[in-house]
Amino acid sequence: MSDTSVTFRVHRFKQGDEEPHHDRFPVDVGPRTTVLDALTAIRRSQDPTLTLRHSCFHASCGTCGMKVNDQEVLACVTNVRELGTDEVRVEPLDNAPVISDLVVDMGPFYARFDVAERPLVRESELVPGSRAAAGIPYPERYEDCIECGICISACPITGTDPTYIGPAALAAMDRVRQEPRRVDVPSILRLADDPHAAWRCHLAFECTEACPSNVDPAGHIMQLRRSLFAREWRRPSPEPEGARR
Amino acid sequence: MTAPLRSPAPHVVIVGGGGTGAALALDLVLRGLRVTLVERGEITSGTTGRHHGLLHSGARYAVNDAESAIECIEENQLLRRVAPGSFEENDGLFVGIDDEDMAYGEKLFAACGETGIPARWLSPAEALHLEPNLNPDLKGAIQVPDATFDAMRLPLRWFATAKAHGAVIQPFCEVTGMVVRNACVMGVRGRDHRTERDFEVGADLVVNAGGPWAEKIAAMAGVDVPIRPSPGVLLALRGRLCNMVVNRMHKSGDGDIVVPQRALSIVGTSSWVVNDPDDLGVPEDHVQKMYDEGSKIIPAVRSAPFRQAWSAARPLIGGPGGADTGRELSRTFKCFDHMERDGVDGFVTISGGKATTARAMAETTADVVCRKLGIDMPCLTRQTVLLPHTAYYAA
Repeated sequence: MSDTSVTFRVHRFKQGDEEPHHDRFPVDVGPRTTVLDALTAIRRSQDPTLTLRHSCFHASCGTCGMKVNDQEVLACVTNVRELGTDEVRVEPLDNAPVISDLVVDMGPFYARFDVAERPLVRESELVPGSRAAAGIPYPERYEDCIECGICISACPITGTDPTYIGPAALAAMDRVRQEPRRVDVPSILRLADDPHAAWRCHLAFECTEACPSNVDPAGHIMQLRRSLFAREWRRPSPEPEGARR
Repeated sequence: MTAPLRSPAPHVVIVGGGGTGAALALDLVLRGLRVTLVERGEITSGTTGRHHGLLHSGARYAVNDAESAIECIEENQLLRRVAPGSFEENDGLFVGIDDEDMAYGEKLFAACGETGIPARWLSPAEALHLEPNLNPDLKGAIQVPDATFDAMRLPLRWFATAKAHGAVIQPFCEVTGMVVRNACVMGVRGRDHRTERDFEVGADLVVNAGGPWAEKIAAMAGVDVPIRPSPGVLLALRGRLCNMVVNRMHKSGDGDIVVPQRALSIVGTSSWVVNDPDDLGVPEDHVQKMYDEGSKIIPAVRSAPFRQAWSAARPLIGGPGGADTGRELSRTFKCFDHMERDGVDGFVTISGGKATTARAMAETTADVVCRKLGIDMPCLTRQTVLLPHTAYYAA
């Protein structure tokens, strides 16, 4: 299949600008071209001043979250032709300060996310039917959340209540509840048990819809609430299962 | 002008915000220098973030390149100590599926012994117990201490720790020229794309850590660095097909590794040579090769849902002409002091190497930098435990 031309309408903003504006760039796209490919091609051959975040190119790092035709996506796995539009609108994520063009400041995201103290690595999962190799005390695997900020952008509450801790942090708290890994679960659940935390969500499920990494933040928030209702975390608990190493 | 009795610490500007630049920024600030790092785009947006995330045991190089193998196993063990919680520490397998593989396996096992890489033979039944998705016709496997790391989040820990020690990290600042006087590099100039304002930063020394872009950066100082950007195609599939890193037990070739990572399995890689590291493309026949070769070690590669295919450019060292696949270029790194080599002072280039050895590359480079600046301070990155990656974004 030969290349076809698609117009990209891209959000532009530089520090010191009074207002953002949009620039249009024609880009030849092939069957594999992603939004990220198109944006890096624009930077290479049309406008070297375009700023965007990217790193892994395969939905593992979470840096290229942005809004494409009003949907939060990872640009690296968003195929341009599959969008099916002659013009592709590209905007930075919502609910995060814009540094320039498509680049948002992840500082506020991590300030909330870090509160959950969730370790990066799970210690509990094997491929079905397998067992851990000799010398490996337990199998390790990165958590699914890639800290992209997409759920925060999609969440209707975060947009109206800046004190809401947001779906990413709540999902991380619930992961700690499920698999403590030496983290003090009651202290984390006390943080979740707050009008601006687990109880603020009104279950719009936009976060789960938008999540590119199958984290299901809304499902985690419901589980958190259930465990807060049950107050199971207030009972003295035996040594958590994850605390083995 | 006479120097004040207690002059401030020398200022080093690092050009390039990949893993090497990150580890170098940390190494230099820990030795008491002032550091500014400038990167054209977001940090880790070049080669660093795009690799498959293999923490090499060194076994891949043990047969043909003992020097690289020893570098790898040393760094493999060291990084687990300084960056706890950053790895999927599930080891790796080299899997033999025919007699030729098994003959290579004998050499591999012996070479692991000679280079200090822990290795043990597994029978086909033992290997299939650990990894039921392996090719059921395998003839044997060797377990080695490979691991997986997050290609962005490990370097972020160097960046975070460097920042906490005072390094200034400036993403989206593109260097467009060097300030050169009397054959000495005195700083860099460029454009901050967050503001679209020009900048100029003075430096006692400039380090070029541009990876496959190092040749372009060196040209700004009027020197030639023989970098051959050598891309490889990688394929990400949904779902974990294995717990451990699975390698084909034969000499390095296309599609000979499957790296489980988070909820994905990464099949890598191929190798060719380009001139422009900004224009790699993803050749369709290379993607097909990942399926064809990868499915020989794990048949489910062929049926697993596709996530993405992409290319990453290795910054291999080699002169123009000659190599055309990149496989014959050395995977070790090289630090160029351009005073010794080209008569240009105040300018050092680090290139080559691989993600697993980024810290060692930085140590070697920092030794050269300190020698040139007359500073006698030991390297501290071997024992300094790194801050978590999230600390990079802290205000």
